[in-house]
Amino acid sequence: MTNPLPQPGTVIGGVRKSLPLCVAVAAFGVSFGLLAESSGFGKLAPIVMSLTTFTGASQFATISILGAGGGLGAAVVAALLLAMRYLPIGISVAPELRGNVFTRFAQSQLLLDESWAVANRGDGTIDRPTLVGAGLALYLSWQLGTVIGVFGGDLIGDPQSLGLDAAFPALFLALLVPQLHNRRTRAAALIGAAIALSLIPFARPGLPVIAATIGCLAGWRNRDVDHSVESIP
Amino acid sequence: MSDIWRAVILVGIGAIVFKAAGPVAIGGRQLPGRIQGLVGTLAPALLAALIATQVFAGNRELLVDERALGLAAAAVLIVLRAPILVVVIAAAAATGLARAV
Repeated sequence: MTNPLPQPGTVIGGVRKSLPLCVAVAAFGVSFGLLAESSGFGKLAPIVMSLTTFTGASQFATISILGAGGGLGAAVVAALLLAMRYLPIGISVAPELRGNVFTRFAQSQLLLDESWAVANRGDGTIDRPTLVGAGLALYLSWQLGTVIGVFGGDLIGDPQSLGLDAAFPALFLALLVPQLHNRRTRAAALIGAAIALSLIPFARPGLPVIAATIGCLAGWRNRDVDHSVESIP
Repeated sequence: MSDIWRAVILVGIGAIVFKAAGPVAIGGRQLPGRIQGLVGTLAPALLAALIATQVFAGNRELLVDERALGLAAAAVLIVLRAPILVVVIAAAAATGLARAV
């Protein structure tokens, strides 16, 4: 915020920025692996799911709904609703993800709320090396945690009782505050939070966050209006 | 094939496609003008919504519990311009301690 021309980040910088989160992500990976294995889903399926799906909320939803006998359809719908926010996130970072189609595809799979958030430059665009570094570190942490969990291991104890679930919103708040530098971004944050909070009691998990993306319309610029305002002396 | 493998395949394909659609279809090129303006406000809207759901969502209800204490600790430290690492650790510690007592 104080530096108008931020220096381009590095992959190593992205790894470093994500390290405190890697601990929390690995701990939740362990509890995902443990929960999946103890719910009778074996060892291979949870490992393959972490390797391919790589989004914790969707994976926990799948396992807990199937484990409670909720049925395949309900589990898949719930998990996909939770993953759907990656569609607008992916579109918003697309201009920065250069390279051929395979490179772009590989980079897109490193998108996670946390890697996207730490790579954010503060104006909505992302720093690609930071995203790649943070994404790789978080990806490896998630896989390591899952493997330890399915084999019944323990890394640092129950992530919930350690309060590690509070680490993620704290990070998001720390990254949100410097972005609230103008009226448009403040309005977007307020609308986003208000929509999410008002839908939590009524909508399926995942939907409040998707609906909250409407808050980005606070950034809609009508060029003609902007022009006429600027021309007023 | 068992339900778990069907779920792994369907959810996996969905997550991969959601993440890849934008970067594969329009990667490296500028977004259309009007949409470009929305990129700068998507991040604050989404971050605020993620905070709201991760702190205050219960099972289809709003809850104020130990997570809110962690967020409050984070907010104080952010105002005091503490490093992000300190903010994150303090939030986890506050929530963990509150759950322990």
